[in-house]
Amino acid sequence: MSAVGALAPAPADAGWRGLVRNHALPVAAVVGAILLLWFAAAIWLNAPQVAAKLDQSGAPWSARDLVAGTWSMERPVLPTPLQIAGELDKTVLRTAVTSKRSLVYHAAVTASGTLLGFALGSLLGILLAVGIVHLRVLDKSLMPWVIASQTVPILAIAPMIVVVLGSLGLTGLVPKAIISMYLCFFPVTIGMVKGLRSPDPLQLDLMRTYNASPAQIFWKLRWPASVPFLFASLKVAVAISLVGAIVGELPTGAQAGLGARLLSGSYFGQTTQIWAALVMAALLGALLVLAVGMVERWVLRQMGARP
Amino acid sequence: MPTKPTLKVVSDAPAGDTAIDIRGLSLIFPTPDAPVVALSGVDLSVKRGEFVSFIGPSGCGKTTLMRVIADLERPSEGHIAVNGVSPGEARLARAYGYVFQSPALYAWRSVTRNVTLPLEIMGIARDERLTRAAKYLEMVGLAGFERKFPWQLSGGMQQRVSIARALSFEPALLLMDEPFGALDEITRDRLNEQLIGLWERTRKTVIFVTHSIAEAVFLSSRIVVMSPRPGRIMQVIESSLPARRTLDIRETPEFLAIAHRVRDALRTGHSYED
Repeated sequence: MSAVGALAPAPADAGWRGLVRNHALPVAAVVGAILLLWFAAAIWLNAPQVAAKLDQSGAPWSARDLVAGTWSMERPVLPTPLQIAGELDKTVLRTAVTSKRSLVYHAAVTASGTLLGFALGSLLGILLAVGIVHLRVLDKSLMPWVIASQTVPILAIAPMIVVVLGSLGLTGLVPKAIISMYLCFFPVTIGMVKGLRSPDPLQLDLMRTYNASPAQIFWKLRWPASVPFLFASLKVAVAISLVGAIVGELPTGAQAGLGARLLSGSYFGQTTQIWAALVMAALLGALLVLAVGMVERWVLRQMGARP
Repeated sequence: MPTKPTLKVVSDAPAGDTAIDIRGLSLIFPTPDAPVVALSGVDLSVKRGEFVSFIGPSGCGKTTLMRVIADLERPSEGHIAVNGVSPGEARLARAYGYVFQSPALYAWRSVTRNVTLPLEIMGIARDERLTRAAKYLEMVGLAGFERKFPWQLSGGMQQRVSIARALSFEPALLLMDEPFGALDEITRDRLNEQLIGLWERTRKTVIFVTHSIAEAVFLSSRIVVMSPRPGRIMQVIESSLPARRTLDIRETPEFLAIAHRVRDALRTGHSYED
């Protein structure tokens, strides 16, 4: 690809240094504003409880005591970012990864469900799209069902999937993956139908003049043409796969996984634990989308895309 | 769509001297309000090795007629034979190379792999594919651009890649549908000169659709003037220009006389009216 580089010299501001110069300040400003608002909201939301407690103790108390109290509650309505960071520090860095108290362990459990569901869902999504594009009957008959499937609230259907699969002896990873798959096949199908139909009429006519077989038209034209659409869909799909896996952990009363941490956190009023699990889920989601994005860049580069 | 991927050898042995034979051909497109007569009563015979241009205003059916020859459209009535067989059979035998109005390159394939695309489909071995790609890219003046991708090339270069692609499987018949229509005049002149040189060397049968009088006269051994509503042939004009031509020939009285005849024929077909 040296020729590409020669044709399109990288602008001086590209790369990490440009990124830092162009983005660091605005990003830092936004993060700062969010943290400020967060600490303020923690005072506002936790103040009534703290005030009541301070009143009970009888001693006179100042605004300073109140603020300090709202930022260090055992079970706050809204924990501060520092408390969440502390919880993360405790459960991520200071706990053995194999321990059931480690958030890394729980994140890994959820990630395995997410990835299996994502793989199954992507496969299902691609197969449905191939069918819909090639068979008129499927286009007419399947598409309404594909769309209808997504109007059913996943929270309503997840317990049933868990129960049914449980009675078949399938517990743990599989039900989660199935729920994940149920959510994530949809964007893949929609994106791939569009992608497989993206070749223009001339490109298809060309194949006809070569007397190409349907398999050749698929592998040499429709499939490569759909790859950019596929990756756009996969980025959406991997994020909602994670949602699916977490939702799938709730009705099992699951012993492991980020969903289980959310559930046990809410049983015992451990809001800090809930927030820590949420942060972990967000990080996991970002990591997954980033990974798909990197694969996308690599693949499209191989396919000669404009850098 | 008939799709058996059988590889028939395109026979160069003359099934007579006629490449294309069309008699009483009509094509009517059914549309919701009124059927559109795209072609009406077309008679035309093209001999092997001829360079024939279809010229006429938009809607005269010149592209449609070419698509009928290529079996991309079915005629409503009439007789058509390509290399002595039906267009469908000719297409299955991969008898022609088609160059479209736009290059229709595959963006994810390098220049070489775009040129070898038809060869891959026809099951030709890799070494032979690469040899042919190199040969025809050289012929269209694109040696050294093998590893580039389409977006890295200018419009004229892209169209030359598509011509190399059409030549790569060595069809005896070349169908070109306004291949230079989207290019600037300078590029167009240069490609016209290259094309006439290519035709002179290979003596392929070429059908060339254009709406430029100068281009038609410069390239063709015969010019088919068409007229719209309904699409039909007005006149067929033989060119008296020598086979070997350079761009200078466009200044000669002979050239201008032929161009004048083409313009007259277009006028009798009401091509200059609304």
